Amino acid sequence: MIDILQIMLSESFWAASLRIATPLIFGVLGALLCERAGVLNLGIEGIFVVGAMTGWMAVWLGAGLWGGVLVAAIAGAGFGLIHAILTVPLGLSQHVSGLGVTLFATSVSYFTYRTALPNVSSPPRIEPFGALDIPVLSDLPFLGPVLFQQTALTWLAILMVAIVWYVLNRTALGVAIKAVGDNPASVDAQGLSVYGLRIGAVVAGSALMALGGAFLTMSAFDAFFFGMVNGRGWICIALVIFASWRPGKALLGALLFGAFDALQVRLQTEVGAFLPSQVFLAAPFVLSIIALVIAARSADYPRALLTPWFKGQR
Amino acid sequence: MIRIEPRDAPSRYWSIGIPILSGVIALLLAGIPLAFAGADVTVAFVEMFKGVFGSVFAFTEMLTRATPLIFTGLAAALAFRARLWNIGAEGQLYLGAMAAVAIGSGAIDAPAFVLVPLIMAFGCAAGAAGMAVPAVLKTRYGADEVVTTLLLNFVILIFLQYMLEGPLKDPMGLGWPQSPPILDQGMLPPLIERMRVHSGLVIALVCAVVAHIMLARTVWGFRLRAVGENAAAARHAGIRVNRTMMSVAIVSGALAGMAGVSEVAGLKGYLTADLSPGFGFSGIVVAMLAGLSPLGVVIAALFIASVFVGADSMSRAMGVSSFLADLVVSTSLLCVLVGGFFARYRFTRVQPAGGTAA
Amino acid sequence: MTANKVLSLEGLSKRFGSVVANDDVSLDLHRGEILALLGENGAGKTTLMNMLFGHYLPDSGSVHVAGEGEGLRPLPLGHPQAALQAGIGMVHQHFTLAENLSAFDNIMLGSEPLSRLRRDRAAGRTKIEQIMTDSGLRAELEVPVGRMSVGERQRVEILKALYRDVTILVLDEPTAVLTPQEADTLFENIGAMAKEGLSVIFISHKLREVLAFSHRIAVLRHGMKVGEIASADADERTIARMMVGADTPEAERESLEPGAPVLRLENLSVVGRSRRDSLSDASLTVRRHEILGVAGVSGNGQGALAGVISGLMPPSAGTVVIDNDNVDGHDPLTLIRAGVGRIPEDRHRDGIVGSMSVAENMVIERLDDPEVQTRGFLKRDAVQSHAETLARDYDVRGPGVEANARLLSGGNIQKMILARVFERSPKLILANQPTRGLDMGAAAEVARRLLEARSRGAGIILISEDLDEILSLSDRIMVIHDGEMIEADTRDRETLGLMMAGEAA
Repeated sequence: MIDILQIMLSESFWAASLRIATPLIFGVLGALLCERAGVLNLGIEGIFVVGAMTGWMAVWLGAGLWGGVLVAAIAGAGFGLIHAILTVPLGLSQHVSGLGVTLFATSVSYFTYRTALPNVSSPPRIEPFGALDIPVLSDLPFLGPVLFQQTALTWLAILMVAIVWYVLNRTALGVAIKAVGDNPASVDAQGLSVYGLRIGAVVAGSALMALGGAFLTMSAFDAFFFGMVNGRGWICIALVIFASWRPGKALLGALLFGAFDALQVRLQTEVGAFLPSQVFLAAPFVLSIIALVIAARSADYPRALLTPWFKGQR
Repeated sequence: MIRIEPRDAPSRYWSIGIPILSGVIALLLAGIPLAFAGADVTVAFVEMFKGVFGSVFAFTEMLTRATPLIFTGLAAALAFRARLWNIGAEGQLYLGAMAAVAIGSGAIDAPAFVLVPLIMAFGCAAGAAGMAVPAVLKTRYGADEVVTTLLLNFVILIFLQYMLEGPLKDPMGLGWPQSPPILDQGMLPPLIERMRVHSGLVIALVCAVVAHIMLARTVWGFRLRAVGENAAAARHAGIRVNRTMMSVAIVSGALAGMAGVSEVAGLKGYLTADLSPGFGFSGIVVAMLAGLSPLGVVIAALFIASVFVGADSMSRAMGVSSFLADLVVSTSLLCVLVGGFFARYRFTRVQPAGGTAA
Repeated sequence: MTANKVLSLEGLSKRFGSVVANDDVSLDLHRGEILALLGENGAGKTTLMNMLFGHYLPDSGSVHVAGEGEGLRPLPLGHPQAALQAGIGMVHQHFTLAENLSAFDNIMLGSEPLSRLRRDRAAGRTKIEQIMTDSGLRAELEVPVGRMSVGERQRVEILKALYRDVTILVLDEPTAVLTPQEADTLFENIGAMAKEGLSVIFISHKLREVLAFSHRIAVLRHGMKVGEIASADADERTIARMMVGADTPEAERESLEPGAPVLRLENLSVVGRSRRDSLSDASLTVRRHEILGVAGVSGNGQGALAGVISGLMPPSAGTVVIDNDNVDGHDPLTLIRAGVGRIPEDRHRDGIVGSMSVAENMVIERLDDPEVQTRGFLKRDAVQSHAETLARDYDVRGPGVEANARLLSGGNIQKMILARVFERSPKLILANQPTRGLDMGAAAEVARRLLEARSRGAGIILISEDLDEILSLSDRIMVIHDGEMIEADTRDRETLGLMMAGEAA
């Protein structure tokens, strides 16, 4: 018990938690935006891969770090647009379309990477984002060092939470997005475009998801590997239910998840002798399933989620 | 102005034509990445064709590749018909394979006519158990099975790692994480001598026919279709929706488990962590190309297997990344989705909007 | 009169697939006028108004609307935005409200530019308060619509239209979900607004309210306008004949002595997701040869009552006794086997599996029957010929029993459900809104079948929002309000209306 307490009081533990949480914050926010508008986006796993690959490759080709971030967001938005067109005006199965986009985005990324770098044995590295020193904040006790170790992308993720919260709760656009996910007819009857709102939300949400991927290659690591996304997208889909589609709770959920993950890595060194390492590897996935089962009972799904809407049809 | 109108009845002509067209379009679109990779597109297509139809061996290789895809395709098709989103066939496949190895590699010494059915039964049971868990979580707690099956794939793969490094590790394996081999009398016999195609293919074909009959001719199939098409009406009519879901989950999981049995006891002989190059996910594409029809699954599986085997062979000959195959497979899924739209809806031209439409 | 014409529809036509919904309909509306659009279900009233409002694009025809200054100008069709800008507001029968948003947000939705970073809530609130004062319609602005009663939701819908400064207001079946008293208040408010210059079109199939509250009546039949008449010159008989094309014979009611009780609910309570679908301490008895009518405004617990009798909802307390046997194990199969026939409220959602064949839908409640299957295999020929016989007996018309049930019209779907229910000679029948959305011919057929079952000896529980239907069919009437059921020993509309509003017994 003392050990766990010690771990949880250490600065490095919380710094690691925030680092692990960052891609999830982007992912959950993106999924939340899509689902609030009524579209489930299972393309998320593939869009993470696209973000990771394109962001890294742009930097590797000399675009600069922020250039890479921009490229990743645009690429993610592009694949999001495919999903949006298939599911919104064409009204096709959101489940199958999302899986299709994931398979397609992943294979495009892998093919492009392999074609651009046919004969490398170890993946080339870039100079990733470094820790961002913000003058006053990093002098704070405890909190300072935790935050000081974070890169600009983590700050961007936290900023995005605030932005998404503000848009959803304080602007007319947010009201319209929430309405279109609850009852598209309410939006149509007031002269707004159901298709425009839904496509826009999916494209913007997908761009956010891609940033989650970009964080992996440009901040957490410094290179692109096959299989590096490793289910993070799917975990976000579970977390968004846990977060009951609210940005603040999404941040909390991602942080909790990051803390558990950081804790299990540290526990592994303590009790690793008694338990096979796979128990710890599987923990995040089992944890997500448990979180989902707990949240599912009271989940208040956006009413129009998964339901296509066609203009002028009865 | 163009408007979308539903067709009175889904067009039969389209529903057969579209999957074929989608496959062809996806293949043709592969020309773009091929050109991007700097390959001679025509030569590449010829190489792909030769890789499947160039020799008897090549063709049997394709059949070998199609075998697990028929199983996972059926697993997806049956589940999807009931609107049960089993995206976990990949994990269930490995559960089946682990059970096969656990039973078949010496734990039980029995003659072939006992051991082979026993291996299959345990493999199917393991796969079924793998799908029963998310089905229970869905029916009892309302946890979305898409997410739970997706996440369970990872859990099962990690469990596999553990088994291959621990309880199921081959002591003679020179330290590699692999299982001991299945006993000779536990193996599914090959179909043609000195070729790899094995009797798992026959079992897969039988499963497809049985699934077709079950779906179209039995009360079980009736219930499954009713639950999938309109669960509220099925429930109102006295069909036990959760019970039906559970039975579909078990059959679907068992079929995916059988894919694992067939790969490990028909082809490889022992289990490694790279037994399946994503057969579970390709099975979803197979099912969708098949329009969720069990007999269609066979044809779709042959097509997808051809793409994989052809692209592999072309890749070896021309140095183009074999990820091309995944690209073609995923493109064909997107194409068949869009095509399915045209089977159900049509575009009609209407007068441009204005105050005085004539 | 022509000088203050505010709206003119000319030659509007609309087809859905092979169904003609509107055929060459023309209509005028004047300033301050209340026009009633009367017609049976399926006569094309709603389609016509949806074209006016831009939800549907007409196949041909045009709309002209008064703008600023002189004369009428053409309205671009197919764009709700354009209709709103031209001052046309529509209150749909199925409310177009987002339930997760407050009344305030629903009213403001679409009236503010989406690109703006801040909302001017104070200005919006001031304007809404002003409208509420002027119109006499009030609603709690900060409460989520999902928690509001149906009457309150409708007020929000109307406020939403008025907020857009409409000069023409279209109301689609505004009283369908209101008690008679609420409906009267609504029409008083509308009348007052019309005096101030608002032009109103309201859609209805209720002769009484059309005559009482409109200035002019336009009658639609089979998608065509068959007549127009000043309300002062009209009487129920004339407009009924215009609406139906001929007099419909009243269903013959045999006078019968009620027999033994077939259903007894004793102190039954159901806890639903909200008060709207809960039931508290309800007791009732239905006897053989008897129709018990349950009157009430929708959303007062009818769902829970029907849920228990059809086996979809378990009771939380109390007992259900069918033919002196206690029913336990609350699922649909148990109740079907106990001899209950169920006609569901939402026939498309609960009644049919649309993409399975008519023949399959006809046997869906009896899959265990040896006539339908042997050892788990369907007897396909038997199923087919059974369906053909039933379709003939119950006059189910459509593209054949092999075709998907989805392709049947609403009336034929209902006949198919009747066939499925009645062929088993159930001793208890639950008919939940059995004629909703049906044309008069099909509705009369449903009534005839229910009376026939009553003669045969079945007990029937009829849940309906249509008081006229309850009065014409029921032997006894109970009123349901806020989850409580009271026996009504009167047939007086006024008293029943008050009871439906929960005001007096």
